[in-house]
Amino acid sequence: MKPASLEYVRPRSMEEALAVLSDETANAKIFAGGQSLGPMLNLRLTRPAKLVDIRHIPELKAVRADARLCSIGATFTHAELEDGAIEDFTRGLLPYVARGIAYRAVRNRGTVGGSLAHADPAADWVSTMAAIDATIVIRGQAGERRVPAQQFLAGAFTTELGDTELLTAVELPRFSAAARWGYYKVCRKTGEFAKAIGLAIQDPKIGLFRILAGSPEGRPALLTRSAETLATRGAEHAARDAREEIEEVLPNLAPAHRQQLIAAVQRSLGQILLVEAA
Amino acid sequence: MLEVAFLRSPVAHAIIRERRKPTGFESSVVFNEDMEGVSPITTRSSIPGYKVSDYPALAADRVRFVGEIVAMCLAANRAAAEDLCELVEIEYDELDPIVTCAAGRSPGVKPLHEEWADNLFLRTSLDQGIDDVIANAPVVVELELSTARQVMHPMEGKGLVAWWDHRAGQLVVQTSTQVPHLIRIGLAECLGIPQAIIRVAAPDVGGGFGYKCMLMPEEVAVAWLAYTRKGAFRWIEDRREHLTAGANARQHEYKIKAYADNRGRFLGLDAEVAIDCGAYSVWPFSACLEAAQAGGNLPGPYDLQAYRCSTFSVATNKPPFAPYRGVARPGVCFAIELTIDAIAKAVGREAWEVRLENLVAASAMPYTNITKKFYDSGDYPASLLQVKQMIGFERIRSEPRRDAKGRYLGVGFATYTEQSAHGTKVFAQWGLPLVPGFDQAHVKLTPDGALEVKAGIHTIGQGLETTLAQIAHEQTRVPLKDIRVTLGDTANTPFSTGAYASRGIVMTGGAVSVAAEIVAGRIKSIAAHLLQVRAEDVSFRDGGIFAGEASVSYEDVGRAWYMRPDQLPDAVDRGGLEATGAYKPQVDTGVFSYASHAAYVAVDAETGLVEILDYAICEDCGTMVNPMIVDGQTIGGAAQGVGTALFEESPYDDNGQPLASTLIDYLLPGPTELPRFRITHMETPSPFSAHGLKGVGEGGAIAPAGALVNAINDALTPLNAAVREIPATPERILAAIAAAKPTLGNVA
Repeated sequence: MKPASLEYVRPRSMEEALAVLSDETANAKIFAGGQSLGPMLNLRLTRPAKLVDIRHIPELKAVRADARLCSIGATFTHAELEDGAIEDFTRGLLPYVARGIAYRAVRNRGTVGGSLAHADPAADWVSTMAAIDATIVIRGQAGERRVPAQQFLAGAFTTELGDTELLTAVELPRFSAAARWGYYKVCRKTGEFAKAIGLAIQDPKIGLFRILAGSPEGRPALLTRSAETLATRGAEHAARDAREEIEEVLPNLAPAHRQQLIAAVQRSLGQILLVEAA
Repeated sequence: MLEVAFLRSPVAHAIIRERRKPTGFESSVVFNEDMEGVSPITTRSSIPGYKVSDYPALAADRVRFVGEIVAMCLAANRAAAEDLCELVEIEYDELDPIVTCAAGRSPGVKPLHEEWADNLFLRTSLDQGIDDVIANAPVVVELELSTARQVMHPMEGKGLVAWWDHRAGQLVVQTSTQVPHLIRIGLAECLGIPQAIIRVAAPDVGGGFGYKCMLMPEEVAVAWLAYTRKGAFRWIEDRREHLTAGANARQHEYKIKAYADNRGRFLGLDAEVAIDCGAYSVWPFSACLEAAQAGGNLPGPYDLQAYRCSTFSVATNKPPFAPYRGVARPGVCFAIELTIDAIAKAVGREAWEVRLENLVAASAMPYTNITKKFYDSGDYPASLLQVKQMIGFERIRSEPRRDAKGRYLGVGFATYTEQSAHGTKVFAQWGLPLVPGFDQAHVKLTPDGALEVKAGIHTIGQGLETTLAQIAHEQTRVPLKDIRVTLGDTANTPFSTGAYASRGIVMTGGAVSVAAEIVAGRIKSIAAHLLQVRAEDVSFRDGGIFAGEASVSYEDVGRAWYMRPDQLPDAVDRGGLEATGAYKPQVDTGVFSYASHAAYVAVDAETGLVEILDYAICEDCGTMVNPMIVDGQTIGGAAQGVGTALFEESPYDDNGQPLASTLIDYLLPGPTELPRFRITHMETPSPFSAHGLKGVGEGGAIAPAGALVNAINDALTPLNAAVREIPATPERILAAIAAAKPTLGNVA
């Protein structure tokens, strides 16, 4: 289990990185934390000719924020979010999610952008960013474009990202003090990829009401009708609707798995109720 | 030194039509035909009907499992050797694989080994008379149970370095093994060279669990390289090789009919056990050990008077089945313990009561059970009552069946016996090519008064350096800090068949005791001479040898024998200050450790997740040499048992492809998944072994699947659901609930 021979490059700027990537014949692969790519290289499941290590590009470690939007650079690690290295725009949601990812050793190296670009549908950030209604910022030599997180993931391990492009940042809405959220994942053991993720967010001040069901089967499902119920009638009613909506939008799941997903979503809504009751 | 990578079969069953080496690398790639004169690994057995499989180190004309070695590639480093593997061309004509026991047993199936008449390594039938019971028993319980294929996962996988020692004219094989002396025998047989020119040494092993007590094809292949090319070669197993080609174990299927009276008193047991043995028999433990252990141990610690059991050791297109910690007993314990609970349910009593009523009583000891196992000593019912109290059974029953989160609560028990340190006659009866006799150990006082202990068994993490030193200290009173234990090197230790079957402390411990006692006597006689008293007047005390207030040190004794023999009389014992002792217990049938486990769990009926709330163990391994080590063995084994019960599974698809090839897919329990095992000890010395010792290496792993699944099923009682397959994954638990209730959705 050793990787095949490859060339390693370490660009120091975005321009340098994009220049390396722009050569479509180079068979280059972007390397950030390496927590998924490393094992895949060792197993020779992926065999790039060139590994482009983007961890030394200052712009990818930038934070920008105003009253409405916040942007987090792609190479922030899960541990940095967990530890509060950047301002918490989400009233605790991002640090909470970060803390539950894999193990600390993985979190020390794994990055938010890397996780999104790898696009394992069971990964925490894939579901979280889609639920937050985040925007993925993508740079190519032609310029910058933005894709809503929910659309960024085309399917399991496939994204909107082109071979010559770089995921540079994630933009999030700034939650208000009225924001409430719940996050529940079903895992058999600590550090395991989730079997089911439930995420619920309500922030009436900014008009954000989202409910999401995430699973290893593919793109996470936004439960729009239940979110509507959350906005109009509250979490308890939304939890009732969520069961029906999951059965509707994910009809092909195995029954046991659907059951877990329903439980995860209902429990994330339950957490909102608990916070409200407190 | 060159690094070895193995090219392994990507298909489960095929004829190799053609193989081609890349041009320019003819000597860096080795095929079966290059290894002229090397014999396949062949395990013979004297059991009638047992079928022999030839397991070549490198596949000859056929591959029988994904992961079987087809070529050996050499390069300066592992990455380059793996590059070379990719350049080798093999053409396969695929054959239908046999992936399940049912398929392997179906009439007309083409045997995996062409010369066989059917596809079974072995079929056994034991009938101790059950017809009367079948005709008359008022209660009949039927169960179908299965246990998953597991992989052992010691912290360190397999690995070896082999080189030719030009000065000694010797092939040196440093390999990660539990049984260095056996590996030397096996290598000599396969390579066709004398044992004297092979030295096998095992440095730090990093865990074995049974995986490292068999001769591996990789050992034969790499040793052959070093021998024929007179160079140095290394292979280090990676985790994917371990998962897909290595340490397979545990996969059983049971069909059970149990007969009882209206109180739940066991009247008879009628069972059929099928074992998914993989493609080849391992050496020396064979493909029939598992079945022999399963059939022999299924009655467990219970007083059973009628028993019938058939076993089927089925050949399948999977890696060979290896003897994993507990060998068959985690499976049979799971089977019999679920059976007891099912009987209890059928007669409307608490499972612990029915269990208690059926356990062999202390007053019946020693007790010969229906399969002729000789339970030497102990109080099985007391251990059960102890864990019942520890787990707080009465309190649990007085509380609601659901917790504040809505989870279902349940408590479960399992009791087992563990035959440990079984010896000559038992192994001879199993027909194995290896039959252990006396274990030997060598003890020597050094010129400066320290003690050297050498034994051919090996330490693989079980703390034998400590416990053997304690036994040597017990006899000689040489301070523990001055005792040095050397193990596991054929060049400087007496012969032992090695570390397996929970035998180390009993067998080698006994041998150390014998040798140390001899040396202690000689120390005393030299000391007596130095002190000018009679030998019977000296005693060991305070780190010295005393006669009244006068004393000499161990160093004085050592110096006198080795450096100043002029101080000694002519009639001194010429054996000197070293001795080799040999030992086996008074009975070959083993000494039986036992324990009861109790588990308290919460089952989330919406997600299928199980939390272990509490876990209590009461064990008895006879005299405890070192209680911390007993605890360590018990905890480690129980942790693996939790893996068996809830997590570990190596599934194969219909094409015989392994679906768990990384630790993402093969779940091992980690610290956060394990309970704090609360342990109490009983100490019933065996009447038949030195110091009353019994083995403790495997026991912890045996009971958790039984106790935990019984607890899960107790929790699921209000839902009328029961799990019959392990691991009890969320999917299986939810499926069991769904099967009991028409719609999944209405559980909450």
